[in-house]
Amino acid sequence: MDLANVAIVGSFETDLGIVTDRGPMALGVQATLGAIADAGLQPSAIDGLITCNSLVAPVMYHAEATAEYAGLTPGHCLSVGTGGGTTYTALRYAAAAIQTGLATTVVVSMADSMRSFMTRDRAMAVQSSSGHPQFEQPYGPTVPAYYALIARAHMDAFGTTEAQFAEAMVSSRAWAHQNPTAQYRERVTVDDVLASKPIADPLKLLDCSIVSDGGAAVVLTTLERARDLPHAPIVLKGYGEGHHYEHISQATDLTQSAAADSGKAAFEQAGIEPADIQLAQLYDCFSPALLIQLEDLGFCDKGAGGEFLASGVTQPGGTLPVNTHGGMLSHCHPGNPGAIFGLTEAVRQYRGAANERQLAHLEHTLLHAQGGIMSSHATVILGREN
Amino acid sequence: MAGVDQLNQVFFDGVAEGQLRIQQCGDCGAYQFYPRVVCKLCGSEHVHWKVASGRGQVASFSVVRRGVSADFAAPYIVALIELEEGVTMMSHVVDVDPNQVISGMAVTLTFRTVGGADIRPVFIPASKS
Repeated sequence: MDLANVAIVGSFETDLGIVTDRGPMALGVQATLGAIADAGLQPSAIDGLITCNSLVAPVMYHAEATAEYAGLTPGHCLSVGTGGGTTYTALRYAAAAIQTGLATTVVVSMADSMRSFMTRDRAMAVQSSSGHPQFEQPYGPTVPAYYALIARAHMDAFGTTEAQFAEAMVSSRAWAHQNPTAQYRERVTVDDVLASKPIADPLKLLDCSIVSDGGAAVVLTTLERARDLPHAPIVLKGYGEGHHYEHISQATDLTQSAAADSGKAAFEQAGIEPADIQLAQLYDCFSPALLIQLEDLGFCDKGAGGEFLASGVTQPGGTLPVNTHGGMLSHCHPGNPGAIFGLTEAVRQYRGAANERQLAHLEHTLLHAQGGIMSSHATVILGREN
Repeated sequence: MAGVDQLNQVFFDGVAEGQLRIQQCGDCGAYQFYPRVVCKLCGSEHVHWKVASGRGQVASFSVVRRGVSADFAAPYIVALIELEEGVTMMSHVVDVDPNQVISGMAVTLTFRTVGGADIRPVFIPASKS
């Protein structure tokens, strides 16, 4: 069974932003059951559940505990932990389970509450703990500092400017301004970004993603079964992964990421090229990450990411809409689930339900996420049923 | 030190003696850092400790304006240092005006207390050594 015989049939987002009435497990369960209902299925139809552990309230058997809370008794439970890349890696394992006959209908669900259920200091400590415990963490690198090392290297190699990095937030807010569920919706200018508080040179506050609460889930099943369900199937066309290193001090090239590998594999499997993509939902944890993904995924030449962003093509009305929900820079970033909202927004776009943000023509969407410090990359290409 | 195995302890024993210890493969000659039980290039288990010269250059850096915790008083300079043996390590650049640091700057090894805790290898501009 090839990848295109697996379809996304259900999608659900919880309340997003600042959500204090329920914690990560409750949000994850709400997302799971919401997505099953959206697919027009009964909970008993679910025979696989894949989740991402919470950073705020980690549990040892996360998928199993989610199933128990939700009253599900799936034949397969799996918790995936590939950091920010978890959403799309989990999506691939769900598809693989369906392709191999291990399961028929699988939910991918995740939620976390880093904004309201964790202190700022604790959130800082948890996030920076991805550094090597003996050879990086003792030097006190923050997560913005890790990405600042990459930003600086890109500036040195290609003459990229701080004003060009600032365009990431300008683009994000231009979209978020049109999305009522986005946590931050006010438009900003390049000057606003440049004048925001210095965090880790050359990155300022508005080069950094936000911290949020929230969750979402999607349901996958066979294309054959999808045809009997309420929503038009969205099919998986291509997938790729790339892993060059885990710790930033082990990177052999700070400006070239394994997104080049994951993107190439996904495009090859889908049989299309970057020019065939109408929507790119990328991992905008920090502005340089977005810029380098645009290059490594083939949307512009290596080194030209700054000019590409500054040209406005990723903004409303541009030729390559990026993160039409607002991305993690403005919309929602609860921790490791951050990328799932790129997926649920893509589902909304395919269904013609994105209101002001609705794209006139959408055939192929590229989804990309990465974990670590531009370390572990996963790319998905979605399309409609032929 | 918590979480430090015998292999890494050799590195920290070196720090206590004022040495920066890296590894070299006895078979293919490649240097590596952090310490491993195998050569990451050829897989050989014949990896040996070498004392690095302590000369290197700044591969990239960030002036951290908001410290990771109260133990780290901002600003401080987190840098990736490429040693002349060809390996890269994370460290601090100290004894320098943050505005004077540039990529490619030559630096030299020294040792300081970092984050209010242990003595660690850090780097100063080569022009000051």
